[in-house]
Amino acid sequence: MDSEALLECVTSMSCLVTQTSTGLIVGSLLFLVATGLTLIFGVLGIVNFAHGSLYMLGAYIALSAFRLTDSFIIATAAGALGVGLFSLFFERFFMRRVYGADVLMQLLVCYAFILILDDAVKIIWGSEFQSMGMPAFFQEPPVFLAGGVVPVFYIYLIGIAAAMAVGLWVLLNKTKIGKIVRAAAVNPSMTSALGLNTSLIFAGVFAFGGALAGLAGALAAPVRSMSPGMGFSILIESFIVTVIGGMGSVSGALVGALIIGLIRSFGSIGFPYFIEGVMFITMAAILVLKPSGLMGKETR
Amino acid sequence: MQKRSQALASQQRRQLIKGSAAAVGLSSIGLPGISLAQNNPIRIGMPTILSGRVAMLGEASRNAAIMGVEMFNAAGGLNGRPVELIIRDSKGRPDEAARIARELVNSDGCEMILDAEASSGAFGVHEVARDLGFLVIHTCSETSALTADPKMRIPNAFRAARQGVHDAIVGGDYAGRVAKEQGLNRWMSVSPDYSYGLDTTAEFFEYLQYFNKDVEVVNSVWPKLFQADYSEPITRLLQGKPQAIYSCLWGGDLTSFIDQASIYGLMNGRQFFGVNMADYAVLTAINSVPPNIHSGNRYLKSIPKTKANADWCDAYVAKFNTMPLNWSWQNAVGIDFMLQAIKQTNGTDTKKMSEALAGMTIDSPFGTDGKITMRESDHTIIDYAIAWGDLKPQEPYMPNPYMGNWDTVLRLEQEWMKNKGYIS
Repeated sequence: MDSEALLECVTSMSCLVTQTSTGLIVGSLLFLVATGLTLIFGVLGIVNFAHGSLYMLGAYIALSAFRLTDSFIIATAAGALGVGLFSLFFERFFMRRVYGADVLMQLLVCYAFILILDDAVKIIWGSEFQSMGMPAFFQEPPVFLAGGVVPVFYIYLIGIAAAMAVGLWVLLNKTKIGKIVRAAAVNPSMTSALGLNTSLIFAGVFAFGGALAGLAGALAAPVRSMSPGMGFSILIESFIVTVIGGMGSVSGALVGALIIGLIRSFGSIGFPYFIEGVMFITMAAILVLKPSGLMGKETR
Repeated sequence: MQKRSQALASQQRRQLIKGSAAAVGLSSIGLPGISLAQNNPIRIGMPTILSGRVAMLGEASRNAAIMGVEMFNAAGGLNGRPVELIIRDSKGRPDEAARIARELVNSDGCEMILDAEASSGAFGVHEVARDLGFLVIHTCSETSALTADPKMRIPNAFRAARQGVHDAIVGGDYAGRVAKEQGLNRWMSVSPDYSYGLDTTAEFFEYLQYFNKDVEVVNSVWPKLFQADYSEPITRLLQGKPQAIYSCLWGGDLTSFIDQASIYGLMNGRQFFGVNMADYAVLTAINSVPPNIHSGNRYLKSIPKTKANADWCDAYVAKFNTMPLNWSWQNAVGIDFMLQAIKQTNGTDTKKMSEALAGMTIDSPFGTDGKITMRESDHTIIDYAIAWGDLKPQEPYMPNPYMGNWDTVLRLEQEWMKNKGYIS
């Protein structure tokens, strides 16, 4: 551990700005993926192991849309909507059938889709890795804040993630849709008895969760190379985020993603050889101290 | 009438059965039997990575091997016997590569193995070859120890791939010259955190400092293999303020790193030495190669700048509609050596083929002087074209290559082997 370098960084404004912004960047994409995962778990009670593949699909759909239109905004929208629609199909025809089933059966269905989607990507887009490249609008020199470096594209990315966080909070806490979704999450039988179509609510939540993963993939496309199987690594980190934040908690996903982002960022200065170790130790510590996660609700 | 026709039908049936039995009998002892044996294909097994994140490397290997085999068969094979490639997907798992190699030989009737596995898998296949005694040519592992370490050596194993230490010597020589010209004394590195990244980076800096004593390596950052986000290694590099950066990141990881480094302005005013940049997979994935980038040649149509190399590249593109990669030329060389040994020994006997391969020189589009030799002492190839140079955004991507001098490479390699205790 290089505590001297870490201390030097936290006492230097330029290093502090650079590393904090880096933490926010890493956390932003993680938040978008993890929030979809946690939303699906919170409402439907299932762990979508194929969530990483939806992230991958979003990136590839965005790539095709960008090549067709040369517009990053259209590409992002296409990535999110395309994956949302695919998730709807996935939920209606497959996941719906294993809601009450053993977790192993759910895992099997998801794993089958991981393999199918990886091969489908290979057939449609090829097995070689691909890069969207930075859209012309963002090809600007980085911004210098108090001596720290922040790329323009990442400011946009953080902004989108922050807007999504606020939007989701409003949607879930201040709207009728949010109330219905929360009711379906707490007691689906009672919600159904009140005349609400819970099956439709489940499908909508699954599609929305998938669309968030697709949005993350689309936003990552300009800076992360795409290849079949790319969703796996982000899935692991998303699980860590949801466990830290609390399974089913959107605000927990935000807190968890920021914690992981900052560990990665400052860890590269202070403990570069043990970043992942610290991530897992943090997760284990939270599980011991608060098994439901930082923002998760205790279950009896 | 009906009885007569039934008797006739019965007689014809008996004749047919007798005739068939006679034909089968003759074929088992006579001339047709020889003809069948002659057409029996020579089976070559090929474990490689055809799924997962690096599937394109396996596909590039497979394509090149198929091209070589088709050319051999079109020329009549071995006295009319064609060669058949049996290709299996190891999924990039070393245990699976070893299992497949064993199965290809024991169950699928393969007489030899063209091992297109990355280093981790190649070491597994190597041990299976030691156990079963079949001929193997490793075509993708660049880890020097595979053939340099005498403990690893077996008479029936060869390597037709570039070697890490060869690249490091030429890279160190080239980078040392550039560093002197431009006064680049403060260096950092960003390489993947596994044996290839650690070893290759250490070897590069060893030879960089051998050729330029003023170079100081101030720090290194080690992102994980297949890491998606490079923000933290990039900011770490920015904090270190190096004048030059070395990297042996490869494939999609390298593309991601370059894309992300560009938006941080990391390359501005710095020189970047990425040994794996000059491969078409990377060059075509990056929309525009940034300035100040130097690379070793992985595979380029223009290196070596010969008609044979350009023709081979064109034929590959025409057949597969994609550009060849580093693993392509290595597999092309591997299969050429194997087929040449089959021809030369007029058969598939492992011992005879191994003896023929040791010290064999073949004409090759990828040789510095149009030839590549399988060195007798350690069963690895030499005289293949190694170059370093600064990159431009379009073909020819490396217009002014600095070609590695094999006399220097071999001299320093001998010293390296002595230091490692591989030779006395």
